[in-house]
Amino acid sequence: MGRAMTRMRRNDWAAFLALCLGAVAMFGPFVWLLSTSLKPMAEQFDMRLLPQQPTLGNYTRLFEIMPFHLLIWNSLKISLISTLGQLLTCSMAAFMFAIVRFPGRNILFALLLVTLMVPAQVTAIPQFIIFKTIGLYGTQAPLYIPSFLGGAFGTFLMRQYFRTIPLELAEAARMDGASLARIFFTIYLPLAKPALAAFAIIAFMVSWNDLFSALIYLPSDVDKTTLTVGLALFQQQYSGHWTLMMAASIISMAPVVIAFFMAQKQFVAGMAMTGFK
Amino acid sequence: MGSLRPMGSERWWVLAFLLPTLAGLLLASFGSILATLALSFTDWDLLTSPVSAGLSNYADLPSDRLFMKALWNTLAFAALYVPMTVVLSMLIAMGLNRPIAGIGWFRVMFFLPAVCSPTATGLLWQWIYAPDSGVLNAGLSLVGADSVNWLGPRMALYSVVIVNVWGAIGSGMIIFLAGLQAIPKEFYEVTRLDGATAWQRLRFVTLPALAPSIFFQSVLTTINAFQAFDYIFVLTRSGNGNSTMPTLVFSIYRNGFRFFRMGDAAAQAIVLTAMILLLTLIYFRIEKKWGEQ
Repeated sequence: MGRAMTRMRRNDWAAFLALCLGAVAMFGPFVWLLSTSLKPMAEQFDMRLLPQQPTLGNYTRLFEIMPFHLLIWNSLKISLISTLGQLLTCSMAAFMFAIVRFPGRNILFALLLVTLMVPAQVTAIPQFIIFKTIGLYGTQAPLYIPSFLGGAFGTFLMRQYFRTIPLELAEAARMDGASLARIFFTIYLPLAKPALAAFAIIAFMVSWNDLFSALIYLPSDVDKTTLTVGLALFQQQYSGHWTLMMAASIISMAPVVIAFFMAQKQFVAGMAMTGFK
Repeated sequence: MGSLRPMGSERWWVLAFLLPTLAGLLLASFGSILATLALSFTDWDLLTSPVSAGLSNYADLPSDRLFMKALWNTLAFAALYVPMTVVLSMLIAMGLNRPIAGIGWFRVMFFLPAVCSPTATGLLWQWIYAPDSGVLNAGLSLVGADSVNWLGPRMALYSVVIVNVWGAIGSGMIIFLAGLQAIPKEFYEVTRLDGATAWQRLRFVTLPALAPSIFFQSVLTTINAFQAFDYIFVLTRSGNGNSTMPTLVFSIYRNGFRFFRMGDAAAQAIVLTAMILLLTLIYFRIEKKWGEQ
């Protein structure tokens, strides 16, 4: 850091100041969020940044008025299953796209990329009707079943990575009589750990942060629904109780933020590879 | 690029591995679009059987005031959100691509909003925008100005755009940083020897080299703009389930999944898809023109 300081030119200082201003706009709201969540109710309209009598009372009260532990568990369960489904089905397809030549490969891959333009709300309508018809409306299944059907982003990301693995490895294993499935599970997947980690983190984040599908399939059942929908319900019931609401907000972003600080590299790599949020 | 030719039983593995993706394409993506298209020609409340409605769901759209409002809001939102997101994330990436003290910290701070759940940070912004007690209005009253109804019908568009841009800068910045770091250092050294100004370096080296990133980011941000939902839902929904700034996606959500008017929702979803498709095609046209020059 000291070294960077001495090398900074005049333009760099200008950029530094601009970045400081930007950082206040981007990060400042989080400081305010944390501070409000630690204030007692009586202080909620006190505009001072630091709580005068900091308390964890908002956090404990949350769990008394809504089953937040259930909401967290539901979100965790759904996100983990979805992540698993995405990792498995996307890498399987990516493997074939990357190393095997089969008829229609390029067309199929192009079609997959075209789906990136299709708004989720368009596909949500018939899917909703199907899930409702087969009696899965009001259960968690519609939130993770679609994750087992592959997807453009994950397949693209994994394919890019698989293509960097020398094909000779697969060819040699094939000479020894290994099946394609065996080559995939024992050679390609273990070698692709960095890409899998980056993809897993992004897939988890997307599922954890998802509001739309949880809202249409589990709009009001707090025992079954996700943290995001719980938060939206909480927002309506406790409007005006800002200290409580900020604590609820912190709780629901905590897992992803902690994961972000522990695995920044994977987050950035995952987003850089797919441009995906 | 070499690849293996599947033989004998290997063909079955190829098919097995692609099966989930094929099912996804068939059922979840293209099948769903066709199904939505078919639904848009019916009236269906999911309780009784669907009734054929011909083109009436589309024909009724122009006289549907809520739909026209949602259409206008969606276009206005995209017109503000896309350029702001692309330009700001590019500028921040340029700032971060310098030898500056504390660069790692800056990166984390700029990236954090992109990681957090919009539902959670939406609550925070609701508090910042709150009419009588929020931070913004407290600040205004300090300088003696009147308070503003930030999320009311008049200001909601701008307030919501700001929050969405705030949430999108992180991922945009990553794309531009990758683009900037791919520019060979020699390019800049040559211009330095020629005595080029900072502006000339930007104009003749940085921007042309970033053109692919700018294109990619514009397409992606546009697609996202038309699908924006979370912040709009959290920030502008009112007690009766309406919104002070309904967009097309909000309207689809409300018609389809609150009122179960599947035909109306499907017609609106088709309009939304057509708009995204058209804009993406226009982008690719523009890119091709650029490439020819």
